[in-house]
Amino acid sequence: MTLLSLSKVEKRYPGVKALDGVDFHLRAGEIHALLGENGAGKSTLVKVMTGALEGDGGSMTYLGEPLRLKSTAQAQARGISTVYQEVNLLPNLSVAQNIYLGREPKKFGLIDWKRIHRQSAELLKRFALDIDVSRPLSSYSVAVQQLVAIARGVDMSAKVLVLDEPTASLDAGEVEQLFGVMRELKARGIGIVFITHFLDQVYSVCDRITVLRNGTLVGEFETASLPREELVAHMLGKELQREAHRGDAREQREGGEALLSLQGVSVRGSLGETDLTVNRGEAVGLAGLLGSGRTEVCRAVFGVDKKSSGSIVFNGRERSFKQPADAIAAGLALCPEDRKTSGIVGPLSIRENIALAVQARRGWWRPMGRAEQQKLAERFIEELQIATPDADKPIEQLSGGNQQKVILARWLATDPQLLLLDEPTRGVDIGAHAEILKLIKKLCSEGMSLLVTSSELEELVAFSDRVAVMRDRRKVAEIKGEDISENTIMRAIAEA
Amino acid sequence: MQSKYTTLYVTAGLFVLLFLAGSLQFSGFGSTRVFANLFSDNAFLAITAIGMTFVIISGGIDLSVGAVIALTGVASALLIGEYGMHPLQVFPLVLVGGGLFGAGMGALIHYYRLQPFIVTLAGMFLARGLATTLSEESIPIDHPFYDTVADFGLLLPGNAWVGTSTLVLLLVLVAAVLLAHFSRLGGYIYALGGSAQSAQLMGVPVAQTTITIYAISGFLSALGGIVYTFYTFSGYSLTGVGLELDAIAAVVIGGTLLTGGSGYVIGTLVGVLIMGVIQTYISFDGTLNSWWTKIVIGLLLFAFIAMQRLLTGSGKGGTAHA
Repeated sequence: MTLLSLSKVEKRYPGVKALDGVDFHLRAGEIHALLGENGAGKSTLVKVMTGALEGDGGSMTYLGEPLRLKSTAQAQARGISTVYQEVNLLPNLSVAQNIYLGREPKKFGLIDWKRIHRQSAELLKRFALDIDVSRPLSSYSVAVQQLVAIARGVDMSAKVLVLDEPTASLDAGEVEQLFGVMRELKARGIGIVFITHFLDQVYSVCDRITVLRNGTLVGEFETASLPREELVAHMLGKELQREAHRGDAREQREGGEALLSLQGVSVRGSLGETDLTVNRGEAVGLAGLLGSGRTEVCRAVFGVDKKSSGSIVFNGRERSFKQPADAIAAGLALCPEDRKTSGIVGPLSIRENIALAVQARRGWWRPMGRAEQQKLAERFIEELQIATPDADKPIEQLSGGNQQKVILARWLATDPQLLLLDEPTRGVDIGAHAEILKLIKKLCSEGMSLLVTSSELEELVAFSDRVAVMRDRRKVAEIKGEDISENTIMRAIAEA
Repeated sequence: MQSKYTTLYVTAGLFVLLFLAGSLQFSGFGSTRVFANLFSDNAFLAITAIGMTFVIISGGIDLSVGAVIALTGVASALLIGEYGMHPLQVFPLVLVGGGLFGAGMGALIHYYRLQPFIVTLAGMFLARGLATTLSEESIPIDHPFYDTVADFGLLLPGNAWVGTSTLVLLLVLVAAVLLAHFSRLGGYIYALGGSAQSAQLMGVPVAQTTITIYAISGFLSALGGIVYTFYTFSGYSLTGVGLELDAIAAVVIGGTLLTGGSGYVIGTLVGVLIMGVIQTYISFDGTLNSWWTKIVIGLLLFAFIAMQRLLTGSGKGGTAHA
């Protein structure tokens, strides 16, 4: 029986179509995975079906009747509940209060705390949780908080439960506990939408899979009849080719000494033990699906996240950078994934944006003269072909591709030995895309070392001397030279 | 294990300590009379601070309370003195007025996503300005009803007087505790302070709750203003200048987190009593400048904020319900 069905749903934001005619069908008593890479439209779709956003077009049917949602409260009242990755409960309230907020049983007009505590304890026992419900929610682990959130949702007579990356911060045992609960709810006829980055989890609990890409529906599949490789191909938007595609004949630049080497580096909660080496003058690609640990590698190397084990050797010395400033001083540079929030300083001019990192390296007591800044900016505007009339234009007025070039220039100006690029081509137009790729190749040939994450396979194939493949927060394969092709990378990502 | 009442115990312990210290040093300090006077002398502040407690628990702030007290006093004095209305007709009017004033600020804060600090600062200037426009002079209130009310009360053993203002305060206190811990609205107020976004996702009616919170604060400030007219038998536009800061200080000393989400109404009352006991101590001493009250309160605030940071820093901040 179809419980909830969305048909031709559309959602537009200024300049982007987040959802373009997407269909989604959830049956009673199934666990349905919703998968897709960054920007696929998963979270927008979830928001539409849970009342957090209103769609611009299309229709929804729930229990055989048309459904229009104005708010999450309304969705909850109809039996559609959501549990988010960052638990959307209130840490300052007690567990019991979180479960009953807004629907507390009363006696003589006053809230009946005895009953609330007794009933919450009983409810949580059904979820194999035996905890003191009068203590604040914040005194329990994220796993427990998530189960409490699910318990609240189910107790409000949920028929549809949306779990938005509930496993992202759980350990293996906690994941199993959660899966146990999910299977039990499924047996009771509840329809569960499950969003995750972990393919193993998809194959262990889900009955069906819906894949989105760039705001459109790729397809709806039975898990049992969809091989992993095909799933990855659907998510990345690549056809699996029968014959291995050979990349261009690439010159071998290996053999340089190791510049950066990671041994057993892990970060608690975000990166499993990882070994990785980048040699001088080498471009190493980091491949993997969203959430596989690519960005986390960059952050650990650059000193943004504190590593909890392992050693990082840079330039022959064991280093552990406490903060990015130390890494910059040692000759590293990082272009972060999210340009808007952690890269550009919007209202400042191109010149000032470029000079930032050099200035930070020099220290504030040795200011850079305007003429010096101007010279620096002009050099890079020409070298990187940044499309702008002059160096004084505020960076926010440039296109995405040109902004990215300015960020690159900022770091190149510090003359780093190792440049970490996290998704350098995301959200840039095709022309700038090609130029950035050309630039990466040129930098390599000039002897700079690069570590580049990318979700675009052809890009990785185009510039990498080696590709390290990440899955479930650890490195699972390394592909070298001749063997690098979209197919081999995709297989490595999908391999069970 | 840390109790969720830790800050409350610390505050109450401090009050007992200060009261004992005063009793040992001065004869006559440790009497039921001095204790009862702590309530009657500070009733208007305590009533106002109880309203402020809800605002701060929800993560907001209300700077307008002192000015609302002044406006209430001036308006009441005018209506009774110049227009000849009976106080029992005037009080509902100004109470509703105070509530609406607060509700208006709450609506601005919610619907225009404005900072409570700025909105209530504007409210403060507005109310103070209105009060001054109505009358720059202090207006005396001369009405038989006022004499009756002022004389009403209970005499407890030890020559302790429990007057109307204390009784009003105790009523407000009971109502506030019921509201905070035994009503849905109370849960919503704590929820907003925990995380407005989560609260909304959990189905809390954020708009109504925000507006109600500021309406309560406005209503209680107006009530505080009425109580204040019984001390002075007048209404004056410069009453309660800086009182909003005393109220905030009492709330914080009472153990409510300035960041919201945690705190107790009872704590606020004890906070007010602590400020009162310091003042009493200084007047008993006789040689100390009265500004020492402010100095001690300043030091206490620092100490309490540091303590809160330590408590929340260890991830075990207070919690909501009793």
